[in-house]
Amino acid sequence: MAWLVVRLAISVSLFYTASAVFEDQVGKFDWRQQFIGKVRFALFDTHSQASKKLLVATDKNVFASLNSRTGDLFWRHVDKTGPEGHIDALLMYGQDAVVVAGNGRLLRSWETTVGGLKWETVLDTGSFQAAALVGVQDFVKYVAVLKKSAISLHDLSSGSQIWVENLPDSDTVQYQTIYSGGNGLVFVFGVVPNSHIVIVEYKIEDGEIMNKKSVEAAWMSSLESSCTVISSGILLCVDQITQSLYTLLLQSAEQTEMRQIHLQTLDLEVASGFQPVLTSTQPNPAQPPLSEFFLQLSPDHHILLQLKDGLIVPLRDFNPSYLAAFATSGERTVAAVMSPKNDTACSINLFSADTGRRHLDTTIIYHMDPNGGKPNRLYVHAFLKKDDSVGYRVMVQTEDLTLTFLQQPGRVVWMREEALADVVTMEMIDLPFTGTQAELEGEFGKKADGLLPMVLKRLSSQFILLQAWLAHLWKLFYDARKPRSSVKNEVNIDTLSRDEFNLQKMMVMVTASGKLFGIDSKSGTILWKQYLENIEPNSVFKLIVQRTTAHFPHPPQCTLLIKNKDTGLGNLYVFNPIFGKKSQISVPALPRPVLQTLLLPVIDQDYAKVLLLIDDQYKVTTFPSTKNILQQLQDTASSIFFYLVDSSQGKLSGFRLRKDLSTELIWEVVIPTEVQKIVAVKGKRANEHVHSQGRVMGDRSVLYKYLNPNLLAVITESTDTHHERSFVGIFLIDGVTGRIVHEAVQRKAKGPVHFVHSENWVVYVYWNSKFRRNEFSVLELFEGAELYNSTVFSSLDRPHPPQVLQQSYIFPAPISTLEATLTEKGITSRHLLVGLPSGNILSLPKMFLDPRRPEVVSEQSREENLIPYAPEMPIRDEWFINYNQTVSRVRGIHTAPSGLESTCLVVAYGLDIYQTRVFPSKQFDVLKDDYDYVLISSVLFGLFFATMISKRLAEVKLLNRAWR
Amino acid sequence: MAMRRVLSLILSVLSTVTLLWTQSGECNNGRRSGDAGDTDLSGFSVPLEHSFEVDDVPRFRLRGALQLKGGKENGVYLSQNQLSEKDRITLKDVAAADGLYRVRVPRVSLQVDRQTERPSEGYLTTFVRACALVESHLSDVITLHTDVSGYIIGISIVTIPGSCRGIEVEDEVDLEVFNTTISVVAPVTAPAPETAPFIERMEQEMEKKGKNPQEQKSFFAKYWYLILGGAVFLMATSSAQAPPGGAQQS
Repeated sequence: MAWLVVRLAISVSLFYTASAVFEDQVGKFDWRQQFIGKVRFALFDTHSQASKKLLVATDKNVFASLNSRTGDLFWRHVDKTGPEGHIDALLMYGQDAVVVAGNGRLLRSWETTVGGLKWETVLDTGSFQAAALVGVQDFVKYVAVLKKSAISLHDLSSGSQIWVENLPDSDTVQYQTIYSGGNGLVFVFGVVPNSHIVIVEYKIEDGEIMNKKSVEAAWMSSLESSCTVISSGILLCVDQITQSLYTLLLQSAEQTEMRQIHLQTLDLEVASGFQPVLTSTQPNPAQPPLSEFFLQLSPDHHILLQLKDGLIVPLRDFNPSYLAAFATSGERTVAAVMSPKNDTACSINLFSADTGRRHLDTTIIYHMDPNGGKPNRLYVHAFLKKDDSVGYRVMVQTEDLTLTFLQQPGRVVWMREEALADVVTMEMIDLPFTGTQAELEGEFGKKADGLLPMVLKRLSSQFILLQAWLAHLWKLFYDARKPRSSVKNEVNIDTLSRDEFNLQKMMVMVTASGKLFGIDSKSGTILWKQYLENIEPNSVFKLIVQRTTAHFPHPPQCTLLIKNKDTGLGNLYVFNPIFGKKSQISVPALPRPVLQTLLLPVIDQDYAKVLLLIDDQYKVTTFPSTKNILQQLQDTASSIFFYLVDSSQGKLSGFRLRKDLSTELIWEVVIPTEVQKIVAVKGKRANEHVHSQGRVMGDRSVLYKYLNPNLLAVITESTDTHHERSFVGIFLIDGVTGRIVHEAVQRKAKGPVHFVHSENWVVYVYWNSKFRRNEFSVLELFEGAELYNSTVFSSLDRPHPPQVLQQSYIFPAPISTLEATLTEKGITSRHLLVGLPSGNILSLPKMFLDPRRPEVVSEQSREENLIPYAPEMPIRDEWFINYNQTVSRVRGIHTAPSGLESTCLVVAYGLDIYQTRVFPSKQFDVLKDDYDYVLISSVLFGLFFATMISKRLAEVKLLNRAWR
Repeated sequence: MAMRRVLSLILSVLSTVTLLWTQSGECNNGRRSGDAGDTDLSGFSVPLEHSFEVDDVPRFRLRGALQLKGGKENGVYLSQNQLSEKDRITLKDVAAADGLYRVRVPRVSLQVDRQTERPSEGYLTTFVRACALVESHLSDVITLHTDVSGYIIGISIVTIPGSCRGIEVEDEVDLEVFNTTISVVAPVTAPAPETAPFIERMEQEMEKKGKNPQEQKSFFAKYWYLILGGAVFLMATSSAQAPPGGAQQS
């Protein structure tokens, strides 16, 4: 019987919690965008003329193929993060792409059409230096990989190793580059810094050393950046100090010294402090490179040079020019050069490589985004047109990681914002009202100026509303006549307005590269973007919403705390989150590093919340700092507390604001760092609402929650990492008084710890090092059956410690991130959103993480709807809110309430961005999509008419009876 | 107290009681109410200092001595001085100005052997509103928190009741001696997933199921009526199609 009850309870609970997307709901309110990261290698498939493939390898260890017509992904391979998956080199020949990954650990060949792996070879250990395709008699057959102390040759079709040879004197010589010109030899270049160059010749067939020579080069420190091979085997180097070019014939026995050519003889000069760059091109790996090359003399000066009969001849001087690149189509090699045109645009032109002559009608105008960064990479795709002239398209990568694909005469074919592959933090902002709604709102905000004007005003605004409604109806009617496909809801920054249920919001995303984005949450369209220069990349950003959209006519205001690249100090960037425009408000200068920020509920006349910034001398800066604010702060100073965490000393300290805006230390908790270190501290979210103060139990009594808004959850990890002795510590500390409310130790546990702190509970995930599994643990705090003070919570007046309940569960999957759903009023039951490394996002009902789940089912626990305790947490496929739209490397989940109590907006970000809505208690406040309006209205009308008719009939009957 | 009893009853029903208080000793002006047998074995004493100033700049003075006892069971014992006349006046003044009453203890380890290897550095401080202390007639609860290895990591002080209502206090009687409850709290061990009891319970249920004679019946024993009914139905339908002669036979 008991077992039956258990099963019944489980099935009932599942009935309540099962939530999945129906097939026809796919893509209706969710979207995903996939990114690749900063491009390090990009190669166009020039194998066939009609090919649309563009192969890219990025710093996010992603190897992908893009459709060069649309910018969409054909396929994408996401390798391991960190150095293990680092892509060292990308080579392409025909249909095959060869990738060296993991610092020369793996050599892989990919089929480029579908992205299938053809073969993979594990290479010998050794740090990777260079890789090159090696051709014999016009056919590329091998790939050579140069390591620090060895060189190996692999078959291109099977990956099998042909030979591997140790490099001579590899402990003194730094071997850096490799070259093969298709003549049966592989050259390896090494350098002994400031002494000489070593050149070793290997025979392709068996790896025999054919020749080895060393050439004096006292000026050289590194080969990679300053040397290249041009023409039929001539090593060309450039040196900034001697202002010279050096050439060396590789296969001549007599030349034992590099020939020096002073740049002065060519009337050239390298800009001071600039490392000159040589760029040559080898269109076919089985043939020697061309004798033309680019020499970059300064950041905006390139020159095309040619080596002819041992003489260097300038072909064309590009001054000024930002970027230059070679491209080959068929037999013809061209050079594309980007030069500035005016302040906002650049022009890209095509020149023939062998003469330096400009091709006619080949200008592409590249308009620089005024809110973006400077272009820093140029990739050219050249092709032969029908009339045998050379056409081309270019891909430009900018500092802010925008990829722009252009074609003549400057049409942007597509654009990718790869900065979004690394979102650091985000916020969701309500959209503003429409003009008419705002008009109506504004009416209430203004001061009364007489009865009649008010009435007139009301009438006029009502009239405007009627007008808007009629316009809306007309648009509906007009759109209904059009075919469905042509009705496209273009999202435009001017037409942005809040929808009925506030489901559409503005996602403000801050990326690691320092670019800000405003994205429409409904469609994923980027509405504004702003690149912040002089920002230290990958530093900590803090995004604060100072004023929401609710205070018309004041625009919403967000403040971003950023770190300056040059000074390393904090800086405030204030902007309007709807339009992305920088605010004109003057911001306080922050002369000292900021330790803590604090957003107070104190507002000034402009309805902007006050931001307190505490620097390393515990001085407080307020923003905004008007007189009104300072007055308010003085009045409330004694009730403003804040805390600081110094994890290097294990110190948590609390401060109180004084009337003169100085601070005083009031409490201190020190957790010795020899035993454990603080890894994370989290308070509760400020916009969280808790609907019920307690939980009704089986016997109808109430167990009150301990809802301390100042509670901090502090997680520590032991310094001892031995699997028997390691532990994770959980401290619940009151942020005002420094009182340790609860202190627990999870034995035999290890990080990384993910945790959520909300309402009266903390959920954390850790690795059980004894049983080697992930475990969930939940802590809930209750005041007991009576509230100490039911009207207000004060940390200073809660003498009784809360009752703490805790339970743990096994979670059968690793975890990347953890977040809890959030709704408008907190009535809807909570779910935990668990980001899994597989890319799925699991919506786990909080019901399963309840420390009051009973071991043995009783009448009361059944009454309370508690699920009997089971040590293992279930994972059901229908709980994956993103079905097959996996989010690669999910790093964070952001939740925001919507206007509907049942609905919580969710954004998961990592390499990809996924936006959806979740309904933790189902859509109890919305009619279903398939609600039968026709039936219900026909029944209504039917009944109405039936009543009318029967009434009429009854009247007739009565009349007739009266006559009788 | 009644509340606590009700609560503990509820919690025992729910079978997940997390004990927060490991051990506590009542202290009152030097007279110890707990067991006094082993106080002198291996204890050491640290000063408990307090500060209450009208200008709110902390100047710590000795309030009492904490006698800490190492070992597994952390005992603590507080002997403290009476408040002097001057102190009482100051405390009342501070309370009137809504100032803070601060206490601090040095950072030490409860493990006596570790005492020598690392001298205490710095203090752990906390505070309570002076008015709350005055209005509670100097009855406070001080808790010392230790980490897993026995270092004191934090101190907390609360008064019971904890509110400031502006009640006038007769200083001579009520503000002389502290009525302090002091305790040392070590971290509790968080529970691991309880697999063994769960499996046990499952097994018991399986056994119960096994013993139940109804469950053990054979297939035919359980469903004989269905099979019989099905057979009759089959026969009836087949006979309906049969020629009339067959029908007479049945």
